Amino acid sequence: MITKREVEYVAGLAKLALTYEERDRFTEDFCGILEHLNRLDSLDTDSVEPIACILPYNNVFREDVVEPSMDGEKVLENAPDSLNGCFRVPRVV
Amino acid sequence: MYHYMTAHQLAEEIRKGNASASEIARSAMDRIERLDPEIGAYITATGDRALEAANRVDERLAKGEAVPPLAGIPMAIMDNICTQGILTTCASRMLYNFIPPYSADAYERLEQAGSVLTGKTNLDEFGIGSSTQGSAFKKTYNPWDLGKVPGGSGGGAAAAVAAGMAAFALGTDTGGSIRQPAALCGVVGMKPTYGRVSRHGLVAFASSMDQAGVVTRDLRDCALVLNHICGYDPRDSMSANVAVPDFRAGLGEGIKGFKIGIPSEYFGEGTEQGIKERVQEAVKVIEGLGAACDEVSLPHTEYALSAYYIISSAEASSNLARYDGIRYGYKAEDYTDLEELFVKSRSQGFGEEVKRRVIIGTYFLTSGKLDVYFIKAQKVRALVKADFDRVFEDYDLLVCPTSPVAAYSDQPAGKGDGHPLNTCLPHTFTIPASLAGLPALSIPCGFSEGLPVGLQFIGKPFGEEALLRAAYAYEQSTNFHTMHPQV
Repeated sequence: MITKREVEYVAGLAKLALTYEERDRFTEDFCGILEHLNRLDSLDTDSVEPIACILPYNNVFREDVVEPSMDGEKVLENAPDSLNGCFRVPRVV
Repeated sequence: MYHYMTAHQLAEEIRKGNASASEIARSAMDRIERLDPEIGAYITATGDRALEAANRVDERLAKGEAVPPLAGIPMAIMDNICTQGILTTCASRMLYNFIPPYSADAYERLEQAGSVLTGKTNLDEFGIGSSTQGSAFKKTYNPWDLGKVPGGSGGGAAAAVAAGMAAFALGTDTGGSIRQPAALCGVVGMKPTYGRVSRHGLVAFASSMDQAGVVTRDLRDCALVLNHICGYDPRDSMSANVAVPDFRAGLGEGIKGFKIGIPSEYFGEGTEQGIKERVQEAVKVIEGLGAACDEVSLPHTEYALSAYYIISSAEASSNLARYDGIRYGYKAEDYTDLEELFVKSRSQGFGEEVKRRVIIGTYFLTSGKLDVYFIKAQKVRALVKADFDRVFEDYDLLVCPTSPVAAYSDQPAGKGDGHPLNTCLPHTFTIPASLAGLPALSIPCGFSEGLPVGLQFIGKPFGEEALLRAAYAYEQSTNFHTMHPQV
């Protein structure tokens, strides 16, 4: 089970604002989903190691060599708002 | 006249001088102009660029230069794959104006081979869905029946290839987004082993499963395109540094002596009768070719969907955190501070299903829920993988249906209406191989009430050659790959 307040809280963590209508609908959907997912509890997994990565790789390193970066202008091409080669955001301090 | 020719047939025509790359490109673009208003496979068609690229191939040929076999062949690219200088939207309002400053590794390789881009194809927003009805821009319909969905998320790529608007397509498959639409549209769709194709330039959905792959009209083309897109790329830390064989080399060697497992869990109540029958007939054909087929069990199959839902939503919630309205993409107009800029841009830019997954994915990762859901799902993933490891001790390959249902009517939930995980349900049979990182492909094996049925082959890690060889043997003893929709 999940409450409307929890859904609102988690949406906030994900930087999303929901309308009341969305919040109510999502809460109802999530209750159904979580109930379904609880079927996993019937599996005994105490001695199972979780898999995060399917390939037998751990840390993948490369030589610490400086390589060319993407051109600054190119990086800013898609920015909705930029100034003097920087992304521009609302004042924070 | 060129539209239903395969890539290898077109290459032969070009090589013999019977057709020019520009004639072929014009024919593809004409077909898109004529058919796509109804099918809706493309978000962006790239006609002018296609003709330029085709002219370059013709110029090289005129100089007597040898060109790669994919030169001049019209292709489509799923719109969650970055193409430098060409709009890449992920079918999301969030990226409605995004023009990538770089290209995906797989696309770059095809571009270098001289393949001609016809356009960027539709998908469920960010690849999250299984019907291609969840795009922010348009719906895609199945060329075999315009009242039915093409599957998804890569329904645009499958529909484009099925309707002869491109000879092949490049897509991504996280839980079945290449294979399931290929099955519903009656074409070949393959997801290679996780790590075979670089993820560089694929817009991330669930990184531990995201994999690029191909849609083609036959197995020889599938091998040909794989030859080009597979290979190590240092820009993807999960890229596998393993040798890439010529996948065409062993195609014709037959499957005498192959041991093939038929997982009984894929033939349960949820699988349509017409699908079961076609797949069982296909198994008979495969036995007739000299392979030994036995029923096997993958007991954790029924839990795979739930594990996938948790893992993919959690990974998506993390990957989609990058959309902030500042660096690229959609930006809200009215805001008073940074927090409000983030929240409004994201709330207005993402569609409903994406928001749903991001929120529940975030929930699975909150303290207190992490062990209950996310870690639990990763443990179930280990059990699903162990099922495969065990049967692959005795068997070379598995054969099963690609999708439990044929193409269904225009509702995102389709036949899973009312099921809490309805948007994932059509991927029930493609998800297990995704969780285990295995190579898998779907090929046409007949029709159920006039709609295509897909036969899935699942192989061992990096076992693409055996997979292609077996599927090719089956394909060559049937004629389903030569049948096309009446569009």
